Amino acid sequence: MRLTKGMCGAQWLTISALVVGASLGAATTAAATVTRHSDSTIVVQRAATDGNAARDAYRAYVASIQNNEPAAMASYATKRVKLIPAFARKYGLRCSACHTAWPELNSFGQQFRDNGYQLKNERDSPIYQNNSYIPITLRATPQFHAERATKQLVDATPGDGASGQAERTVSSHGFDLSGIDLWTAGTLWKNVSFVLLMSADNEGSFGFEAMHVRFDNLGNSSWLNLKVGKFELDNLISEKRFLFLSDNGGSYATYHFSAPGSSVDFGIGDNQIGAELSGHSLNSYTRYSAAVLTSTDGEPGGENFSSYDANLNVSQAFDGGKMGVERIAAYAYLGQRPTTYQTIDGEEVPGTGSNRKTFYRAGVAGDFFLHKLEFLPFYLHGNDNAYLASDTPPDSPLLPGARDASWNGGFLETHYYISPQLVLTQRVEAIRMSQQAFSDLPNKLGNVDAYSFGTRWYPFMYSRAGLAVHGEYSLVKTVSPAQTAEEGSTVNIWTSSLLFALDFDF
Amino acid sequence: MSRVARRIASVAGLGVACVAIAAAGVRAQGHNGLPPEGQGSDRKIIKNVGRPSVGKEEYIRYCVGCHGDHGDGVGENTQWIDPKPRDFTLAVFKCRSTPSGTLPTDQDLMNTIRRGIVHSNMPEWRPLPDQMIADILSYIKTFSPRWKAEQPGTPVEVPAETPVTTESILAGRAMFQKFECWKCHGPEGRGNGPSASGMTDSKDQPITPYDFTTSDRFKCGTSNADLYRIFMTGLDGTPMASFSDNIKGDAGWDLVHYLRTLQPMKTPEATIWKAWLATHAGELKPIGPDATGQ
Repeated sequence: MRLTKGMCGAQWLTISALVVGASLGAATTAAATVTRHSDSTIVVQRAATDGNAARDAYRAYVASIQNNEPAAMASYATKRVKLIPAFARKYGLRCSACHTAWPELNSFGQQFRDNGYQLKNERDSPIYQNNSYIPITLRATPQFHAERATKQLVDATPGDGASGQAERTVSSHGFDLSGIDLWTAGTLWKNVSFVLLMSADNEGSFGFEAMHVRFDNLGNSSWLNLKVGKFELDNLISEKRFLFLSDNGGSYATYHFSAPGSSVDFGIGDNQIGAELSGHSLNSYTRYSAAVLTSTDGEPGGENFSSYDANLNVSQAFDGGKMGVERIAAYAYLGQRPTTYQTIDGEEVPGTGSNRKTFYRAGVAGDFFLHKLEFLPFYLHGNDNAYLASDTPPDSPLLPGARDASWNGGFLETHYYISPQLVLTQRVEAIRMSQQAFSDLPNKLGNVDAYSFGTRWYPFMYSRAGLAVHGEYSLVKTVSPAQTAEEGSTVNIWTSSLLFALDFDF
Repeated sequence: MSRVARRIASVAGLGVACVAIAAAGVRAQGHNGLPPEGQGSDRKIIKNVGRPSVGKEEYIRYCVGCHGDHGDGVGENTQWIDPKPRDFTLAVFKCRSTPSGTLPTDQDLMNTIRRGIVHSNMPEWRPLPDQMIADILSYIKTFSPRWKAEQPGTPVEVPAETPVTTESILAGRAMFQKFECWKCHGPEGRGNGPSASGMTDSKDQPITPYDFTTSDRFKCGTSNADLYRIFMTGLDGTPMASFSDNIKGDAGWDLVHYLRTLQPMKTPEATIWKAWLATHAGELKPIGPDATGQ
């Protein structure tokens, strides 16, 4: 089973709701076993190649729910990173100098990042720092949260597995821990910068969220910078730096969405491994980045090794006078995934894939200020090749009836900065399937609507550490297969999160 | 049109849109660098009327950590910073286009904020909108009564630059000796002259002479004209005095051309100087207390 990044993110805030059983005794011989995951992505596990494959896809989708799969809780929670008081300590700047409200960057913070975490004051090299200075930052978020999900199938009589299933609302709440981000970042020498970010889930299991070296200002030009390693795509609206933390609101659904049944394991919010050439004007108003990335969605090694994706971002900012700095951006990600492999005893040999099929994500984004009011609009169009969208098995002909899957998604996020130490936030988000991989899948299957609002209050702000008192409520509606109704029907599953947290960084 | 063709067309269209946005942006951006000091560029700041109440909020966001709540240069980070942040209550500024002892123009202050000050903790605040800087400046001016009692000085004239020649560089070298620049900046411009140690500014804070060999920027600018202006205005509040009474007209360019040869980059001055030194180095007398500079 493919595990999406959303699932990984869900580890940060695990929701315990389960789906048990299903009333439909759908054929287990179905062509495509489609599974609804806890992050609302829908994944085809394996398909047979008989001629009824496409027709059986929806039935199989429903049948898969029998397998005690996690509920469709839309848990997109992501790792929260990218506030680095180590820099504030190095340069003596307050959080607010680089962040509208940490961790979101303002235009100066963007320039600082574009310069390779350098102020360009001829004191950026570590040789100018006190020997005792080590650029390490910790971030963690103890919290209280409550989660709720509607229409979850549970035993009609608790404890009696033979009592049949009933749809009920499942909820849980309590004090909890986040994971932890352990950051070190800065300069190795003038114009040579680095990032190493180790993130742990709330059980202490670490992974490398980011790890790269960047050669800045090649040829003494800000237009040429080369970064190699694992890094966040150059998204104008960074999911790693945003102001939502809850399980349902803690990531952009649009950034991690997979079409129902698709095998594409990619999200533009996921950090990727590769090389990025980027550049910017001196004030970072004009920016570009072009990256070549291994087709592994940021996972080291992997079965899709030896395959490459490409990403392009361009953005332009304007001096909006009394309004602030206004920025627009366009982006495109062109990916590919192999569909045939060399095998040993029938088992695929990782990294030997060929006969690659493509997918892409493209769209526009903006960052507009009306003085203290910030608007962050985002639009994405996604398309998966029929082979990938239908999750046709490797080394097999395309499933009959399979076609490209495509969708449109987007959100509008708004921040109101009452002061540098108090911000109100809200976000409305929607994803609409425009074409399913199989024509007999319901058109609206997989659609997502989400709404979040919250506030962050920074009781103090200086240049050594940070604390945010965070409150947030998020509500997500996911169109899923009906679990007890007739074949082909859908049901709206509502999931919500309420979060109160102390988000600190040192 | 086939599906593949449509996809290619879509991606290509997006690519064209990206390039168009970038091209439009570069064209719309105007100046990435800084406008020249002085009268002509003052139009920019005049267009933006500063609002002290708004500027206070921005000052708290960006400036207060170093310059302090009261603008006296005593922020939470001051104890760790070298050189110390500017004390706005004195309204004494290093980087001006105006004569020594006078207030700078708004454009001077805006340029300082945008370019930052090399070898200090003052960064380049290039992305800040003009209006925001105007607001911050209007708030900074509330810290000192000088801004109500005085008007900014009249920017000094910077004549057209003379050609870069060996003779000009040699003349500049002689001036470096004659005006004893080496006493602070060192014979090789490394900021290690005999008077460098123990040097203090007007607030008795330790201060270090500028080291020409470590950067392509100066404290107050990057261009030859900026360097010329520094000779004429001096850096108020520091031992770097104005030489406007001693250096007249084109002579200032000679000194500029010589100092450019000390910097760690390929400049026209350095190229000419290096070529000349290849055959005439033995003719030079060392710079220092017992030399003439020629």
